[in-house]
Amino acid sequence: MTAIVDYGAGNLFSLVSSLSFIGEAAVVTGDPDILRAADRIILPGVGAFGEAADLLRERGLSPVLKQIAAEGKPFLGICLGMQLLFDESEEFGRHEGLSLIPGRVVPIESLPGWDKTLKIPHIGWNPLTLTRPSPLFREVNDGDCVYFVHSYCAVDCGESVTAAAEYSVTVTAAVERGNVFGCQFHPEKSGNVGLRILRAFCGLTAENLNTGTDPVFKNRVLKSGPAPALNGGGGQC
Amino acid sequence: MITKRIIPCLDVRNGRVVKGVNFKGVADVASPVELAEYYSAAGADELVFYDITASAEGRKLFTDVLRETAERVFIPLTVGGGINTVEDFGRVLKCGADKVSVNSGAIRDPSLIGAAATKYGSQCVVLSADVARVDGEFRVFAKGGREDTGMEAIGWIRRAVENGAGEVVVNSIDTDGVKQGFDLDLLAHVTYYVKVPVIASGGAGSISDFISLFRTLPGVDAGLAASVFHFGEIAIRELKQAMAAAGIPARL
Repeated sequence: MTAIVDYGAGNLFSLVSSLSFIGEAAVVTGDPDILRAADRIILPGVGAFGEAADLLRERGLSPVLKQIAAEGKPFLGICLGMQLLFDESEEFGRHEGLSLIPGRVVPIESLPGWDKTLKIPHIGWNPLTLTRPSPLFREVNDGDCVYFVHSYCAVDCGESVTAAAEYSVTVTAAVERGNVFGCQFHPEKSGNVGLRILRAFCGLTAENLNTGTDPVFKNRVLKSGPAPALNGGGGQC
Repeated sequence: MITKRIIPCLDVRNGRVVKGVNFKGVADVASPVELAEYYSAAGADELVFYDITASAEGRKLFTDVLRETAERVFIPLTVGGGINTVEDFGRVLKCGADKVSVNSGAIRDPSLIGAAATKYGSQCVVLSADVARVDGEFRVFAKGGREDTGMEAIGWIRRAVENGAGEVVVNSIDTDGVKQGFDLDLLAHVTYYVKVPVIASGGAGSISDFISLFRTLPGVDAGLAASVFHFGEIAIRELKQAMAAAGIPARL
């Protein structure tokens, strides 16, 4: 059973529907006991970082989520839910995140090389460049498109980046550190590619992650250094 | 590289898909849920459901159709029609809509866009503007294109974006249903001034109309059409392949 963290932020209809569509039992809850009992956790989110971080703290969920993540349970943050995995964000002032993955969240237009003629938010379908193997992407090909809606972007994530997208600058599209995963895009709105990502996540358990019996996890080769260069404009996906 | 979006629009009345030509005369096409599944499988990047129901019963049918669609189709869904209050935004967002488009409701109450953007975020507030040329200027029309508001259109669109609209659908009444191509002149004016995504609507008759739209106006993010898709005059998959072949980024 997968628990979707309910902390009063965002619309969960599509996420719940997509899990039901792939046959995964899901519960939307803010109850720490139910969260602790779940096989895996999804932290969703739409809106502003500071407000969401405050809601998590006010409801006492920050320490609960940190503890669950530390126990090795598969944990997926989506969109703002991914941004909350990092140390801090600069969205409307400086706010602390859950610090489950090293990194910061900054405005996309603050990245060096940003093309001012492009639009913010980064909204629409953009191809993924897979930068290292990940159990989430076992059924995803390099160049598959996913749906993004965001104005802020994770940086300084080191080798936790598993996928990137090009929007004049390199946007961190997915991250992973041990049992903790994040997608900047919305898998629940990314058609069949998104459903495959959710299905892969729902196949993970604390056991197969910790013992390395997950086939992709076991054979993973970590690449150090910066993500490979992305193709220039004009690419298809 | 972000791709250009292709968006079929489904006009829904009493739970069924309809399409008017120049907003007059309607013909029953198919179940909205089935049509949405068909389009999603065919490669549509997003869907617009436009509720043209007048009755409360029909409105209930619409939210049922919306919910059923959102349980089976996993691409972004935009909903418009009958959106007059912030509560109307909540009503359709709760049933699976990702974005909500306002037209007459924002003309009647210009504060609606700002209020909805504050509550739900700009990313889900879409301004839909029906525009026609009157006395040498672009005018905004209300009530499904039947009523000239007397307002100059480009200024209206710019104000709506300043107030929080995160996306703009520009529907040209002059080219709608004519199938001779999008209104590139009107769209050039809008994209010059507006820095949020612009969706072109009205006038698509062939694949080449989409190609010339995206080639001529790089500031246009998406092309929307209805009858040419519903009646199979343009197959979405073929359209996407033609876009890719022409060097326009497309999700295949």
